[in-house]
Amino acid sequence: MLINEFLLLGAVLFCIGVYGVIARKNAVLVLMSIELILNSVNINLLAFDRLHAVDTAGGNDGSVFALYIIAVAAAEVGVGLAMVLLIFRNRKTISLDDLSEMKG
Amino acid sequence: MGWFLEHAWLIPATPGAAFAVIILFGKRMPRGGSEVGLASMLAALVLSAGTAYQWIARVNDSHEEVPAALSRWEWFRIGDLKVSIGSHIDGLAAVMLLLVAFISTLVQLYSMEYVRGDRRYTHFFAAITLFSAGMLTMVLAPNMVQLLLGWEIMGLCSFLLIGHWWEERANSEAALKAFWTVRVGDMGLLVGIAMLLAIFHTLEIGAINEAAAAGEFDNKNLLMWAAVALFIACIGKSGQFPLHTWLPDAMAGPTPVSSLLHSSTMVVAGVFLVARLYPVFHVGLDMNIAGQRFNLIAVIGGITVLIAAGLAFVQNDIKKVLAYSTVSQLGYMMMGLGVGAWTAAVFHIFTHAFFKCCLFLCAGSVSHTASHHSFDMKKDMGGLRKKMPVTFAAWMAATAALCGLPFVSGFFSKDEIIDSAKNNDYKVFYIVGIVGAFMTTAYMTRATYLTFFGKARGGAAHFVHDENARDSSWQITVPLVILGSLALVSGYLNAPIFKWHWFETWTESSIGLPLGEGIFAAPHPPEFSWVSTAPGLALVAAGFGVSLLLCRAVFGEGTSGLRGLTERNVVLRAGHKFLVNKYYLDALYERVVVRGIAHPISRAAYWTNQNILDGIVNAVGQGGRRTGDLVYKYIDQGLVDGAVNGSGTTASGAGGALQPVQSGKVNMYGALLFGAAAVGGLVLVLVNS
Repeated sequence: MLINEFLLLGAVLFCIGVYGVIARKNAVLVLMSIELILNSVNINLLAFDRLHAVDTAGGNDGSVFALYIIAVAAAEVGVGLAMVLLIFRNRKTISLDDLSEMKG
Repeated sequence: MGWFLEHAWLIPATPGAAFAVIILFGKRMPRGGSEVGLASMLAALVLSAGTAYQWIARVNDSHEEVPAALSRWEWFRIGDLKVSIGSHIDGLAAVMLLLVAFISTLVQLYSMEYVRGDRRYTHFFAAITLFSAGMLTMVLAPNMVQLLLGWEIMGLCSFLLIGHWWEERANSEAALKAFWTVRVGDMGLLVGIAMLLAIFHTLEIGAINEAAAAGEFDNKNLLMWAAVALFIACIGKSGQFPLHTWLPDAMAGPTPVSSLLHSSTMVVAGVFLVARLYPVFHVGLDMNIAGQRFNLIAVIGGITVLIAAGLAFVQNDIKKVLAYSTVSQLGYMMMGLGVGAWTAAVFHIFTHAFFKCCLFLCAGSVSHTASHHSFDMKKDMGGLRKKMPVTFAAWMAATAALCGLPFVSGFFSKDEIIDSAKNNDYKVFYIVGIVGAFMTTAYMTRATYLTFFGKARGGAAHFVHDENARDSSWQITVPLVILGSLALVSGYLNAPIFKWHWFETWTESSIGLPLGEGIFAAPHPPEFSWVSTAPGLALVAAGFGVSLLLCRAVFGEGTSGLRGLTERNVVLRAGHKFLVNKYYLDALYERVVVRGIAHPISRAAYWTNQNILDGIVNAVGQGGRRTGDLVYKYIDQGLVDGAVNGSGTTASGAGGALQPVQSGKVNMYGALLFGAAAVGGLVLVLVNS
């Protein structure tokens, strides 16, 4: 089985995600970009899982990993959105440019 | 296989899609999305009617056992286990589909008037449409996973609908109580499904039933526990004792919701699950084995019949009377299933849906039109029979059906259950059944008297003395008339007295067990005889007479020594208080379970913490401090400080150099992260190649 289409899709999603994390100023959009990155990884895992399953007629390790990632990503977004919400409540903005108190 | 049987999946899919349309675009529609909801339910009704028609044709054409009509698609796959989604149509599913679609259509028509002008009109219709979709998904489920899906959709929607007016704290608390109480039971469903998978290695309902009926399982004990676990789910969902406490509180929702919830969806789901997996319960719990007097399902059902009927006597809220009546009738259905009267129990689901829905809608009609949205029978009702002729007639028809007067629908279903209990040697449940019939008649007489007879009080007084006051508008009365007529005639589908057994023939193959003699066989329904019916009917008449006399004495115009008796007589007052407090079950859950069990545990934990753990910690602390003093003097001051100061100076220098990187900009950090990852990846590639 050829998996290069899957990997290509994964790579494109990953790049879009990285672009979003670097270039976006809106905290919610950054969180969404992180989701994209995680899901691009999921696509890769599933693609290799399929490849592996065809070769050796075994295991679903890749799918299981992908499930874990989905669960962890859900938790991460929960925490992230909660933080964004609190920031918005305290400052009426979620622009990342305004959040630079940690400047060294 | 006919077109409708093959495309039965459209029945839940239509309201499901309608839900999406209403929630997304409903507010912009001229009638707030209610037209989409009603149209989708009508479509589902037409499809279900076609399905039922083709199923009946299929049964009539065949002379052997009729297999269920299956159509399935793979949904997902875990290892070797394939889980499908689709439809499993047999007699039971066809009956339930038709029933749910029919009742939902009428309830939606009724709601268009009843919740008119509500601030969440659109959301109401979205939720109630999804609610029906959930029930429809569940009844045609070919496997346990789809059944669980529909089951949980209903749980969610019941929460949304009961808490529809959440601005009042009591309503949102009732919604939470309903949701959490049902969740307690749902744990049983999850465990039960897992156990079924372990026993039968499949989740397909048809295959499970076949294997259970044929005795193809290794461990009988495990099957029994699976049946118990599944039954716990049914106790929660169907409001059986001891988890019935959520049902009356669920009256906090709008009346159409109560009527839908209590007639054909949600609470019936538990009974439906038992009927659907009947071989599992029948074999697992050894039902109808010679010499068995009791089994779990019949006992729980029997207890529920009596305690709920008892509670219905002391309610002042008309909807609560009906709620407890529902609980009690669900008890009858469970008891029927428990004593082996599958057909009678399923037929009781069918007839009960019509008359109970009708009663709730009548109560809503009275409250909406006559008593200023109050449901209090003692304060705001009475004497309404002349002013609300249609509502009154529908109410009387449905009440007659509920009490099981001869030749109306309740007579053919309820008496059949009671008869079967006698016939299958469950004497205790025969007595429970006729006593329950007595109590049913008595509390319904009381409710009818308080609502429609006697002197008009409160809100009803204004209405009765208003010259221009009319019965409710057509959106409300049309469903009432339809349901009232069905309450009278629906029983003739299965009237043993005339040897009419259509319903039995159409649904027979869904039992999943052979009828007659044998280890795993369900008993035949009994022959009708007036002799076995007579005691029940006599008690019904007695219930009516006693209750009418009491009502006249206590609530009537004249003064009587009986008035206020519950305040004067000690024994009666104690009994009344016991009932008003719902047998103290709520208090039991709150005080005993929460305070009595959870609090001592936390106190014990606190004591352990203070005395044992702290003691150890303190001792370790003392020892540690002494060692620390020595270490400080010699090692720390001399050796370590030198090294620390040196490294501090270095770090400070490095920190100064790296300071600009700490820009405080999140994007910058992200870029650094990915840059570092890219460098790391490059190193990996170079090293490996």
